Amino acid sequence: MRLRCPLCGERDRREFTYKGAAVALDRPATEAWSADWDDYLHNRANPAGETRDLWQHAAGCGAWLVVTRDTVTHSIADVRLARGEGTA
Amino acid sequence: MRFSGFRVLREGLTGNRGWAPHWRDPEPKSDYDVVIVGGGGHGLATAFYLAKEHGITNVAVLEKGYLGGGNVGRNTTIVRANYFLPGNSEFYSHSLKLWEGMEEELNFNVMHSQRGLINLFHSDGQRDAFARRGNAMVNQGDDAILLDREGVRKLLPYLDFENTRFPIYGGLYHPRGGTARHDAVAWGYARGADARGVDLIQNCEVTGIDVEQGRVTGVQTTRGAIRAKKVAIVVAGRSSQVAAMAGLRLPIESHVLQAFVTEGLKPVIDHVVSFGMGHFYISQSDKGGLVFGGDLDFYASYAARGNLPMVEHVMEAGMTLMPMIGKAKVLRSWGGIMDMTPDGSPIIDRAPVAGLYLNCGWCYGGFKAVPGSGFSFAHLIATDRHHPPAARYRLDRFATGRGLMDEEGTGAQHNLH
Repeated sequence: MRLRCPLCGERDRREFTYKGAAVALDRPATEAWSADWDDYLHNRANPAGETRDLWQHAAGCGAWLVVTRDTVTHSIADVRLARGEGTA
Repeated sequence: MRFSGFRVLREGLTGNRGWAPHWRDPEPKSDYDVVIVGGGGHGLATAFYLAKEHGITNVAVLEKGYLGGGNVGRNTTIVRANYFLPGNSEFYSHSLKLWEGMEEELNFNVMHSQRGLINLFHSDGQRDAFARRGNAMVNQGDDAILLDREGVRKLLPYLDFENTRFPIYGGLYHPRGGTARHDAVAWGYARGADARGVDLIQNCEVTGIDVEQGRVTGVQTTRGAIRAKKVAIVVAGRSSQVAAMAGLRLPIESHVLQAFVTEGLKPVIDHVVSFGMGHFYISQSDKGGLVFGGDLDFYASYAARGNLPMVEHVMEAGMTLMPMIGKAKVLRSWGGIMDMTPDGSPIIDRAPVAGLYLNCGWCYGGFKAVPGSGFSFAHLIATDRHHPPAARYRLDRFATGRGLMDEEGTGAQHNLH
């Protein structure tokens, strides 16, 4: 698996650290505990197919990336900087 | 049909013409008391114990492919009860006791081999942690022996004891740990469930779960609709997809875990050995292949195959621990899809839909849990009460934060186990 970092170009999977579903960008607006927080922290759509997840180019430029890829085929459809992706 | 030494001898002398199929291939009926979704080890064990312990036999097991074709046929076959935390400790202890009686209970040879399991440690701190774990195991009523370096050397003389980075200080020895023939466990439970009247229905994919006014009423399948008073989801590896049919989102992320097997060799590794530098473990199958594996690939995947960096990592760990295996040729590798929960422990609980039950989140420890999981899940389905050894496997522990079981102590977050 290779990812194309928008800043550094295509790099080996070993340069990247996986964080998890891109739901992490959509932090609940309120600080008080609610079902939204449970969903945000624990529950996942966990699709077999296209998914959006967060990776960091840890051994490269350090940028956080949103990767759109297929969990069944491991094909990568899109890699973009996480900055500004959050409030969709 | 019962197996016995006499029967094997008689069949051998008469051309093996007397053997019959081990289970029927029934058409699905229009309704059942209990429908179990998933014909793997856990689902088949659940059906068996529903019939045997609770007398509930109007049961169907629906399997998308063939019985035992999922993770029960794709694992590294290790059976152990060396857990530390309350919740896991009593559950796996119960499960191991069921393993020890399984062959007689099922009249089926599952090749359960209690060859002993040794977790190695490589520092004073790790020794302390393993001593504490061993005490917890002994307190639970299981067996654990703390070995020093010479004690390990007697059992495992082939290890690299003087490794500069990971010198072997000793090991935690669990003599009742071992391995079993994975497929046979599924077959044995299937045969036992079928003999008690359970319908095992293969090539039958569940495509929908019917819920009316908050209560489950049945399932839609590729072989028609089936009504049921209770529906049990036991599909680790696909739990999120099946639960979504009932409108649920689970605290599960699916990851791929790779395993490897070499060509058949003469007996060389008599135990199950795990290396404390990270995550590497190895045993030798009865056929002679060295069976080993390591960590998850650590990204969500349903591909049932992994990536090369983890292959390299596992091979490096193996070479560091026992340089002799460098001569062995790897025959094949494969990946299994793991239901990973935030705290690394499973879920056996009622779903928030009446009549719907969940058994999922086995992470990479599902095989040894097969009998205990089936026993406890059957108890929950039959009585609507948690079976004490599995009472802490609650779905709501993530939302409440109460009773999290994080064996590794890394935190109850996705992607840390």
